[in-house]
Amino acid sequence: MISAFFIFNQKGEVLISRLYRTDFKRSIADVFRIQVVSNSDVRSPIITLGSTSFFHVRINNLYVVAVTKNNANAALVFEYCYRFINICKSYFGKIDEESIKNNFVLIYELIDETIDFGYPQNSEIDTLKTYITTESIVSSAIAVEESSKITSQATGTTSWRRTDVKYKKNEAFVDVVETVNLSMSAKGTVLRADVDGHIQMRAYLSGTPECKFGLNDKLVIDKGERGSSDAVELDDCRFHQCVRLDEFDATRTISFIPPDGEFELMRYRSTSNVKLPLRVIPTVTEVGTSQVTYIVTVKTNFDSKLSATNVVLRVPTPLNTTTVDCKVATGKAKYVPAENVVIWKIPRIQGGQECTLSATADLTSTTTRQVWARPPIDVDFQVLMFTSSGLIVRFLKVFEKSNYQSIKWVRYLTKASGSYQIRF
Amino acid sequence: MSIRAPRKGENYELSVDLNSEYKEKRKDAIKRVIASMTVGKDVSGLFPDVLKNMQTDDLEQKKLVYLYLMNYAKTQPELVILAVNTFVKDSDDPNPLVRALAIRTMGCLRAEKIIDYLCDPLQKCLRDENPYVRKTAALCVAKLYDLKPELVVDNGFLEQLQDMIADSNPMVVSNTVAALTDIHNAAAAQPSTSSSDPALFTITSQILSKLLIALNECSEWGRVAILNALSRYEAQDEKESEHICERVVPQFQHVNGSVVLAAVKVIMIHMRGIHREELIKQLVRKMAPPLVTLLSSPPEVQWVALRNINLLLQKRPDILSNEMRVFFCKYNDPLYVKIEKLDIMVRLANDNNVDTLLSELKEYSSEVDVDFVRKSIKAIGQAAIKIDSAAERCVNVLLELIATRVSYVVQEAVVVMKDIFRKYPSTYEGIIPTLCANLDELDEPEAKASLIWIIGEYADKIDNADELLGIFVDTFTEESYPVQLQTLTAVVKLFLKKPDSSQGVVQRVLNTATKDCDSPDVRDRAYIYWRLLSTDPGAAKAVVLAHRPPISIPRTTVAPALLEELLGEISSLASVYHKPEETFVGRGRVGADSVQRKVDIGEDQFSAQKALQTVAAGQQAENLLGEHFHIISLIFLMLTLSSLDFDDEPAGEGQPSGLAATQVLSSTPAAASLLAGTSANPLDDLVSIFGGSGGSLASPPSTSSFGGMPSFGGGSNNDLASAMLSPAIPAMSPAPAVSPAPPQQQAQKPEEDLLGLF
Repeated sequence: MISAFFIFNQKGEVLISRLYRTDFKRSIADVFRIQVVSNSDVRSPIITLGSTSFFHVRINNLYVVAVTKNNANAALVFEYCYRFINICKSYFGKIDEESIKNNFVLIYELIDETIDFGYPQNSEIDTLKTYITTESIVSSAIAVEESSKITSQATGTTSWRRTDVKYKKNEAFVDVVETVNLSMSAKGTVLRADVDGHIQMRAYLSGTPECKFGLNDKLVIDKGERGSSDAVELDDCRFHQCVRLDEFDATRTISFIPPDGEFELMRYRSTSNVKLPLRVIPTVTEVGTSQVTYIVTVKTNFDSKLSATNVVLRVPTPLNTTTVDCKVATGKAKYVPAENVVIWKIPRIQGGQECTLSATADLTSTTTRQVWARPPIDVDFQVLMFTSSGLIVRFLKVFEKSNYQSIKWVRYLTKASGSYQIRF
Repeated sequence: MSIRAPRKGENYELSVDLNSEYKEKRKDAIKRVIASMTVGKDVSGLFPDVLKNMQTDDLEQKKLVYLYLMNYAKTQPELVILAVNTFVKDSDDPNPLVRALAIRTMGCLRAEKIIDYLCDPLQKCLRDENPYVRKTAALCVAKLYDLKPELVVDNGFLEQLQDMIADSNPMVVSNTVAALTDIHNAAAAQPSTSSSDPALFTITSQILSKLLIALNECSEWGRVAILNALSRYEAQDEKESEHICERVVPQFQHVNGSVVLAAVKVIMIHMRGIHREELIKQLVRKMAPPLVTLLSSPPEVQWVALRNINLLLQKRPDILSNEMRVFFCKYNDPLYVKIEKLDIMVRLANDNNVDTLLSELKEYSSEVDVDFVRKSIKAIGQAAIKIDSAAERCVNVLLELIATRVSYVVQEAVVVMKDIFRKYPSTYEGIIPTLCANLDELDEPEAKASLIWIIGEYADKIDNADELLGIFVDTFTEESYPVQLQTLTAVVKLFLKKPDSSQGVVQRVLNTATKDCDSPDVRDRAYIYWRLLSTDPGAAKAVVLAHRPPISIPRTTVAPALLEELLGEISSLASVYHKPEETFVGRGRVGADSVQRKVDIGEDQFSAQKALQTVAAGQQAENLLGEHFHIISLIFLMLTLSSLDFDDEPAGEGQPSGLAATQVLSSTPAAASLLAGTSANPLDDLVSIFGGSGGSLASPPSTSSFGGMPSFGGGSNNDLASAMLSPAIPAMSPAPAVSPAPPQQQAQKPEEDLLGLF
């Protein structure tokens, strides 16, 4: 399995190095620096040299690298790298060179706790936080009882929950967050539209509550069992490890004992009946070789009580653009030469409204006329209380021995970031 | 705490601080030591000073000291002994975290001297009441086995691990399985291990039921370990296979991609034992959505998933038949993901979705990354070759792309067109003028060679073919070798099709190629053509204008046996690379005895060895094809040498001196035996002269054996030269009129290689 774990900065300096097996020397880090960091043309996330394989993930100018010397499980290694990144984000708020350098002692503790002899161990962030903290734990007689509790939690069947959770007010918040991916052709036909949804839950519930979760009545999970046309169809869903998968498989009920605090209960994917909250109609004409004119209209496609916020359109311009003259009635638009785009920001669009941008880009003449690749227009936005897939939370039942009352809140959010693309 | 720049006497300062009377100062010094260690400075000299700080209540400080020890224990074996006491004491600590930490660290020290002290605490920790300590101890056994296998066997740790599979705690079970598998792999890698070695981890049906129970309860990583073990289990009967599949299927819904892939692996393996069609269908249907969901993972995981989906599609092409759209590339996907998606899209292409695919591929062809654009255009060609009914639409898209006049787009499109011409000969002749119009824009050898091939192939239909080829003949010596070879062949084709108008140009190209060209391949081919044309134009026609076998897109990119092996290793590196493990994990594993052991395992298990052989055989065959050409060239070379006047006009070589040829040939022993007629297969002997293995070459039928060789073609050259020539010709040419039936099948390959040469 994983024989060594490194973190490099952009220059290829080692920030963290941990060898788990003897088949390597520390100098293996130099090999990575030469082969990957200083190589401008790396076209695969795995590099194998001889029998040594380097798995790397780039994040914020850092390289998180796992090294193996056998026929390792590639999916597992990458999943671990991303888990490690998430742990760091949760501990330090962000992951970059500075936070790694400032917390390297903690990071060593974390990687030693989450990998032993190259095998990933318990990596539940909540559990880790109970015994690996920024303040040092003093091991004294008083702590013993506490640590045996921690250890049984870290290894038990409900490794994600302590038994002695107590709240005055029992509350559960459910956030349904959907990310819409769209690729629309220049002719306005939808090439691909799908929804990546996840249900985020914040549970502040006492004791060991048993939860049951219910979605739309006409919910079809598994395309084989075809439902009626207005049904919400989920192509696939995946659950947090607290959900009993065998029960879901048999009876389609989602039942679980939630971790304390925030966690992702479920992730799902839907490709049918996707409602697109925003429609973008671009008209882009190249006038000769010196000008490009744009008319971009954004129409909303939801109830007038709702509104889309933080709408950002990125309209690409040719590489040889000098100036762009933009006219908008709503929001602000400006040309960003460094990225070759016009960024049009609209703080809020009410349902039923539409906005238009008209712009003219002036081009310099170039000697070699290169065809403009016309990258797609990219739209980011958020719409509260709206789901593209039509998914609705019908109920959330909480059963606990003490039979307390609990309050549940449900929120819906549909957003797009970087994958709502319209070609023109 | 930041990493500091080196200062003078830093180690000395650190050692002072490590011995400070203030606790905080000491701890800070340890942190600095670790920081120096991380950046690769040698701080091993501080070993005794650091060691003094080991006895502490501060868990964080303890971890730091342990971290230091793990790094330097090997360099200071004498001093490590001093630490043993603390370790042994810690392994008795009332705090389970401390006990686990001690046992975890001791296993990593890797110093000979300390190992013997490890056994007792390990024995205790394996039976610890706390599951956290037990799960750590389980892995520690694997660490110990790595250091000193005898010790593990002698102390009965293996039996203890076997017992721990029944542990009540799922995490202990999964770590035990991981440890046993690790030990199993280490033992199996040793060539001396017998099949009864206790270190080998055989999964019995009792273990199976325990694993299936633990599977639903343990952590995500534990699930992967258990699923891996399940994939090694050999089901007793069909019912058991079905049972395993049913229990594993729910894991498809797990949020962790590696669990999903591990579950797919188990299903793919145990599905081999299932014969109920509907159940197989159901399993395959359930597999598809989770695979698609993996595409919304981070790009690296996505890539691993895509590579594996590619494999799965080769085994079960129907698995994702309606899902092509999800493989459409996003503009901001990394290149490695895009390229993999392209490949899968072509695999999924069929009559119904080819239009969407084509418009998508056209879109990609206008992107900026040159590699990706080229791959997209290639994909258009593959779609055309795969789906007959869509070929015309593909050609139209290609024409549109050529109209953009972007250099690399045009060049790639021309290369792709050549393949389409090969698949659908004389269907799209109408577009040849468009292609030829772009002649000036081509600057890459492959594109040039492709266009020249097309011109040569359709020389009789292109009015100004001689003119076009003349351009390349003029610059012949400046071109790269592939272009030279193509020019040569194309001109000869032209000559054979339109002998009247192209006499001059063929003369010119043969002259240049034989006199001014420094590549032996080009020169030898020119000699062959020259000789062929001069001795027997009929034979030349049979060779050069022979019917070519149609090309097709292979359904699989790996050999069937290898595919089965790789499907059994889904999500591993081997499956990502589509290569057997042995090709990139070098441990000298491919020994004779390991082959033997693998055969022992059972017949229906596809051994890696077998797959390797398949690959090797394929490579060998390729080599042979190349070699073949040289051999033929050499025969010609000999003939040419044997003729008296080297620089003579080809026509003048009509009667080479048979005696001279005999002398040249008889100077090598194999040739001598050839002349003596001891072998029925002259080609074999010729091959043996050049050190190749003739066995797999096309063997001429017995009628073409040396003695009984009838006259070839015209019949006038009934001398040694023609006798020499004739066995070689059938081997390289499938021309039915000339060569008897049996060798045709094999013979087509070298011929294709010879003329295609792409």
